[in-house]
Amino acid sequence: MRRHLSLYGLTFSLPLLIWQLVFFVFPLCFLVALSFWTVRNFAMRPDFDTVNWVTMYGRKVFWQAYATTFALAAVASVLTSVLAFPCSYAIAFKMSDRARRWAVFLMVIPFFTSYLVRVYSWQIFLSDAGILNVLFGWVGLGPYGMLNTVGATMIGYLTLSFPLVVLLQLFSLVFIDRTLIEAAHNLRCGRLRTVFAVIIPSARVGLVIAALFCFILSFGDFVSPVYLGGGDPTTLSILITDTTKSGQQWPRAAVIALTMIGTLMVVAFLSVRFAYKGRNA
Amino acid sequence: MAHLRSPLTGLTRRSVLATGAAALATPMLSRRAFAAATELTMLAWYGHAEPDMVAEFEAQNNVKFVPKYYTGGDNMLGLISQSPPGTFDIILSDAEYVQQLNAAGYIDELDPADYHFDEYFPEFQQFPGHWLDGKLFSVMARFGFLGVAYNTDALTEAEASTYNVFWDPKLTGKVGHFDWHLPNLGQISLLNGNPIPYDIDEAAWEAVKDKTMTLRPQVGGFFDYGGTFSSLNDGQMLAFAGIGDWITGTLEKNGAKVRSIIPEEGGLQWTESWSIGKGSSKADLAKKWIQYATSAQGQAKSANMAAYPALIPNQKGWEVLNAENPAEAKRQGMVIGQSNVMDMIRSGKIQFRQLPIQQDLETWNDFWSDYKGA
Repeated sequence: MRRHLSLYGLTFSLPLLIWQLVFFVFPLCFLVALSFWTVRNFAMRPDFDTVNWVTMYGRKVFWQAYATTFALAAVASVLTSVLAFPCSYAIAFKMSDRARRWAVFLMVIPFFTSYLVRVYSWQIFLSDAGILNVLFGWVGLGPYGMLNTVGATMIGYLTLSFPLVVLLQLFSLVFIDRTLIEAAHNLRCGRLRTVFAVIIPSARVGLVIAALFCFILSFGDFVSPVYLGGGDPTTLSILITDTTKSGQQWPRAAVIALTMIGTLMVVAFLSVRFAYKGRNA
Repeated sequence: MAHLRSPLTGLTRRSVLATGAAALATPMLSRRAFAAATELTMLAWYGHAEPDMVAEFEAQNNVKFVPKYYTGGDNMLGLISQSPPGTFDIILSDAEYVQQLNAAGYIDELDPADYHFDEYFPEFQQFPGHWLDGKLFSVMARFGFLGVAYNTDALTEAEASTYNVFWDPKLTGKVGHFDWHLPNLGQISLLNGNPIPYDIDEAAWEAVKDKTMTLRPQVGGFFDYGGTFSSLNDGQMLAFAGIGDWITGTLEKNGAKVRSIIPEEGGLQWTESWSIGKGSSKADLAKKWIQYATSAQGQAKSANMAAYPALIPNQKGWEVLNAENPAEAKRQGMVIGQSNVMDMIRSGKIQFRQLPIQQDLETWNDFWSDYKGA
């Protein structure tokens, strides 16, 4: 049956549509147009020239940064998901309702403090003369060079996305039909096998969406690679700032940004398709 | 029984309303008594519109500064080009960008007679780039040198007195870069023996690139303004390229064991100057600020700016600084009658930081990205 537009429906859907148009579609279109502009003597000129695309895609450093950023975000997604799962599993299945509410509250608390401040505070723990190396020193170990490494960048990504991933995983785990778990146990399925054969497949959508959010946040993050990774290796977000920092090359930066948006769209599309595979809409 | 009068008994609805109205009206009365401060917009590096610099001028002229801070000349040009004319009354710029500001028509011509050039050292009275065809567009305010910044626990002054120290095996992974190609590549160019580090032919440019690439294994990171401060302060980086006393001076004054030195191969000079934004409706007040900031008193204050210290071009400013804060004058090498920073300039040991002359800026920038990604 054909659906008719009603005033009621429009009242609720129009603000969202306008919001999307003003804050997503128009800026995106502008970014696409900007990527074809040219720069002469620090001044940007409206133009239609593919020079920025050809230049950026022809540079080795761009593809190096692309591969680095993709790999770091992928590792962060897997690592965060694996570390977050026992946490969200325990909150969902092992805690009382009251304790669960407290756990959710505690997972929200990190968002009260700016991410930049949290990352800066990690420097105090990770530096050569920092808290961790002092503790290692007490048992005769170290000092270890931890700050300005890829490992430190990964800690930053975890700081950014771990609480969110736990919450997203949790919301999918608490809605699993408990009778399925009971049925598995009645059929003599062990605890670990129940997790892999029943719980994870049942919560697949939430788990994949959580990992996807981690990927999106890590892929575009600038703070951790700079303040914990020491800007080495170069990620795409760092390359954007490098490109704009000298000579007003915003059109080239637009090429990098559009490539990032395109990548995230493909990853998001594939992830959602995988998450809902075999399910009825 | 004695009747105890409650403290609230005397309150009636009418008296509460009257008191409330009076309280609400008080700000209006005080606003009428003191005219609202005129807002003056300033585009500058961080620190220039902080109370230690502007409080006195604000009080004297009933002005309130509204700062917009930038990090780097390109950021500044970007902010101006994206704002309507007249957005910024006062613009602070590094010397190499004044020409760009002028070419784009973002700044007004100034009258040299309005400023204290007679008090300036002769070298700074006609500073290149600030003048075009005999017309003045910017008034020099402060300058500083870029050399080798080092941790005094890790290196001696003698060790740090050459750029070659960056290749010292004991500094592997402990050399930091201030993440901007211009000062870093300029220093390598000086190390390669180029007399004017930014005016080099293709062969010399290739040599600079090759030499720079050999430093890559030593590098522990590429840092912005905040990262440079923290990594030097906590000893994470033991030597730093591309900076000078404008970073280490602030840290040193706060007890960190860091210092900058101009190595034997020479150093670079950065320069900041004031201009009036084209289209400003408060050009007279902006002029007054520049007069204040470049006067002897304003200059002495500027030398000791809390955000980052600097050398000053006004000789009378040196005298005031020596009288008011001799320790800082000595620390920065601005003591009159002794060996001082002007001797370094006059001996040819210092070269201006400027945009590359024989290559495009993009060429330098692209190489810097390649170097970082290597």
